[in-house]
Amino acid sequence: MTALPTRRDEAWRYADLAAAARAWPVTPEAITVAAGTEQTLMLADDAAPGSAGIRQIAVTLEAGARFACYVIAGRGAYGRFALDVTLHAGAHFELGGVLVAGGEQVLEIVTTVTHAGPGATSRQTIRCVAGGTATATYLGKVAVTRDGQQTDAAQSFKALLLDRGATANAKPELEIFADDVKCAHGATVGELDRTALFYLESRGLPPAAARALLTRAFLSDALASIADDSAREAAEARLEALL
Amino acid sequence: MLIIDNLHAEIDGKTILNGLSLTVGAGEVHAIMGPNGAGKSTLSYVLAGRAGYEVTGGSVTFLGQDLLAMAPHERAAAGVFLGLQYPVEIPGVSNLMFLRTALNAQRTQRGEAEASGAEFMKLARAAAEDLGLPFDMLKRSVNQGFSGGEKKRNEMVQMAVLQPKLAVLDETDSGLDIDALRVVSEGINRMRSPDRATLLITHYQRLLDYVVPDHVHVLVGGRIVRSGGADLAQILERDGYVSIAA
Repeated sequence: MTALPTRRDEAWRYADLAAAARAWPVTPEAITVAAGTEQTLMLADDAAPGSAGIRQIAVTLEAGARFACYVIAGRGAYGRFALDVTLHAGAHFELGGVLVAGGEQVLEIVTTVTHAGPGATSRQTIRCVAGGTATATYLGKVAVTRDGQQTDAAQSFKALLLDRGATANAKPELEIFADDVKCAHGATVGELDRTALFYLESRGLPPAAARALLTRAFLSDALASIADDSAREAAEARLEALL
Repeated sequence: MLIIDNLHAEIDGKTILNGLSLTVGAGEVHAIMGPNGAGKSTLSYVLAGRAGYEVTGGSVTFLGQDLLAMAPHERAAAGVFLGLQYPVEIPGVSNLMFLRTALNAQRTQRGEAEASGAEFMKLARAAAEDLGLPFDMLKRSVNQGFSGGEKKRNEMVQMAVLQPKLAVLDETDSGLDIDALRVVSEGINRMRSPDRATLLITHYQRLLDYVVPDHVHVLVGGRIVRSGGADLAQILERDGYVSIAA
């Protein structure tokens, strides 16, 4: 990719293009997960606060391969994580995404998941919290080719808005050319449950602690599928540091 | 311990409590009974400080302090515990983590040392065992997937760990089968002590067979219309609220 994207490009519609220009040009990365093997990738925006970062990763999963990717972002002024994942027969892709956006931050997760072989499965769980005038975006396309029979794909996006000026964008997109598939998607945008907040406060938690506890629980949903206990605890500690 | 004087409260501009007065001394158990819509749950929420319940008149004094001037978490630290009629489910927060955070938040507010992990686990284990709640359930998310009876037992576990001075138990008996009612009642009785008070809010006399109150009050139309001893509950059960209110 050489030319700078424009607003006309649907995949960049909600991006901070001025910040994207600072991160340009992007070096595309490629990962191949060999047949029958497993790989996990942890992504975070470790850049200095205020910086812009774009990751563009193409992942190919050979037959029966498993690939899990977890994104925890909340530091950069602009952060974009774009994954283009191709699944062959019986492969599984797991994505957990946590976006914590405040101030004027713009954070995005953009995925294209192509089910190219039969019996492949994908699970994408994205949880965002946005405050100030920040923007959190998930653009998720699931494409099922003619060979992608018995595809089982799921996308779940939930966002909490803390302030009136904050924005959450969710765009699940399905393109299906096989007839025996299961593709589920759900998106909700809301605020913290007041009844739960009262319950915590009535037990002695100060309001800020009650909000932090509920927010962390909401976000850690996206990390629940990390099988390794110590890896999950490390991811949750990273999340905690963003709150 | 608790002095409620001429309390008026409304929700969305509708008057629910209309001149309620009640005094509860240390060591006492008071039962408040009344028909649907009398203001029983509103009274419990006003005492705990839930948003949306507006006090328009009267006062509530708890251990010499103006309770109504305190935020909900300050009331909890001062020793008020509200057992909810419908305990809330909180996905992603384990019971143990919730309870430990709550206990230590209260202790910090009172200027006391936080409970160590070992001290807390001992308290939680003992409370769960006393209330017949498998300890493993405390590792699960707060009330998630709990039956109605398990949720009420869990409220009592929280009460046993937090050791409040005043327990306000809103319809704690609803949704309990006979065995669970007995276990929960024993939990309430274990908490009885000379420096603690309990306000039992209930529809039915059933709970009062197990937790015998010192005083029974009848709440109708947002105020106490009659008070008496434990025998008043039996009279109510026999004659209904209508005859009392008349």
